[in-house]
Amino acid sequence: MKPAPFDYVRPDRLADAVAALATPESKVLAGGQSLIPLLSMRLAAPSVLVDINGLPGLDAITVTGDGVRVGALARHTAMLESAEVARVQPLVPMALAHVAHATIRNRGTTVGSLVHADAAAEMPVVLALLGGSLDVEGSSGRRTIGAAELFTGPMESAVGPDEVAVSAFFPALRPGAGVAFDEIARRHGDYALVGAAALVEGERVRVGYLSVSDVPTVVDLTGVAPDDRADAALERLDPAGDIHATAAYRRTLVRVLTDRVVTAAIDDARGAGR
Amino acid sequence: MSETLHEIRLRVNGIEHELRVPARRLLSDALRGELGMTGTHVGCEHGVCGACTILVDGEPGRSCLMLAVAAQDHEITTVEGLAEPDGTLSPVQQAFAECHGLQCGFCTPGFLTTVTAGLRRDPCPTHERARDMIAGNLCRCTGYQNIVRAVERAATIGTERAATLTTERAATVGTERNATIDTERAATISTERAAALADRGSGVSS
Ligand SMILES: Cc1cc2nc3c(=O)[nH]c(=O)nc-3n(C[C@H](O)[C@H](O)[C@H](O)COP(=O)(O)OP(=O)(O)OC[C@H]3O[C@@H](n4cnc5c(N)ncnc54)[C@H](O)[C@@H]3O)c2cc1C
Ligand code: FES
Ligand code: FES
Repeated sequence: MKPAPFDYVRPDRLADAVAALATPESKVLAGGQSLIPLLSMRLAAPSVLVDINGLPGLDAITVTGDGVRVGALARHTAMLESAEVARVQPLVPMALAHVAHATIRNRGTTVGSLVHADAAAEMPVVLALLGGSLDVEGSSGRRTIGAAELFTGPMESAVGPDEVAVSAFFPALRPGAGVAFDEIARRHGDYALVGAAALVEGERVRVGYLSVSDVPTVVDLTGVAPDDRADAALERLDPAGDIHATAAYRRTLVRVLTDRVVTAAIDDARGAGR
Repeated sequence: MSETLHEIRLRVNGIEHELRVPARRLLSDALRGELGMTGTHVGCEHGVCGACTILVDGEPGRSCLMLAVAAQDHEITTVEGLAEPDGTLSPVQQAFAECHGLQCGFCTPGFLTTVTAGLRRDPCPTHERARDMIAGNLCRCTGYQNIVRAVERAATIGTERAATLTTERAATVGTERNATIDTERAATISTERAAALADRGSGVSS
């Protein structure tokens, strides 16, 4: 199918983009890799698309000792290929390697995937697990939304309809900490049936899950004996069945992946070089 | 209600086109409909199949996931732009033909563009990397085996052509250098002769 008609603006100033978003039913267009399929399937029919690709300075990836700040126009590919990003927060490229295929990553933006807030997507879980944040600018100024407040429901984020997300922040991996990511998909590059990311900092063990609930979900497994981790995780998760996998199969995958990623993150923490 | 039309310029295979399209016109449809370049195929129209893959500033992108109005700043390459200007097939095209990397050909334009960019980044891929290169493209006919073979064959053809070019260039450089040497030698000879003549001249006068 083809998209329904809409108006199109391509502002070259952030303030103009925010002003354009005052129109009811307006929508931001970033990489278009999620939005354009929705338009073509007529699951979305905005009145006006505000293309932010002409805004200056939003494609920067800034890496400091504190973490990685990624601008709204930085593509997944740029993040995945940055050696600096991998050095400061290795979980980011570990997860990005599972986001779609290279062709989609060439245009899709990391910030766009956070705003899109798909519970089957990798980067929202990574942001939630690391305790990152999103900076947005709207008619009432700029604000920072912490990951804990960002993901409000299925494909719903706390970004307001008149707000442009300008950048996201992924905190650095602390010295001595370890991370791991794994997922099970029918084919590499497809959305995962279940995916998991682990962060081990000293005694603290936390795991984030994708595709098991309506929102990215982080479970604290600190102090749980290795053999009980999967049970403890499942107590706090209630995976649903759908066309891709039954609920029972998803529970099995949660078990398999919890063990895998926690073990790998502990190994990573022990590993030399960091 | 009539829909607003946007005047846009698209650079496709090095040629600039002016067209009038509504904002909702997908780039894939603008290429096929407005520009009549039907080499780019449209399968799923939501990013999954890869048939519509083109090169955007040299890197693969789905033309069904771009709006024509948003493609103006980019250099677009379609399958029509892959062969040499004289019609010689590109290494990737030749390899697909040699290895039977296509049957119905519906998916082929997307594979050709994807592999062209892939081999530019990774000219000698391992078997695994060759498979990974095409993982985002679907083919319902071939079973992929011959497509993977074509990727590997294209890498070889690419290397061979580069080697031939190097040899030809070496020959040209050699001829050029010989010519330079000849010219220099000729210049030296004439300088020497002139000097000799001058000497003789001075000998006569003294
Ligand atoms: C075939 C295919 C497979 C895919 N597989 C995966 C996968 O396995 N994992 C995965 O995580 N993703 C996957 N994706 C989605 C891809 O990662 C998207 O690129 C990403 O989710 C959205 O980024 P975008 O820049 O394309 O956003 P767009 O499509 O432009 O926008 C998506 C939504 O976010 C809003 N938005 C985007 N940027 C901003 C901003 N700066 N400010 C305010 N609102 C904004 C838009 O209004 C829209 O509602 C896949 C996509 C395709 C087509
Ligand atoms: S038609 Fe564009 S990916 Fe299928
Ligand atoms: S050759 Fe027919 S779909 Fe690939």
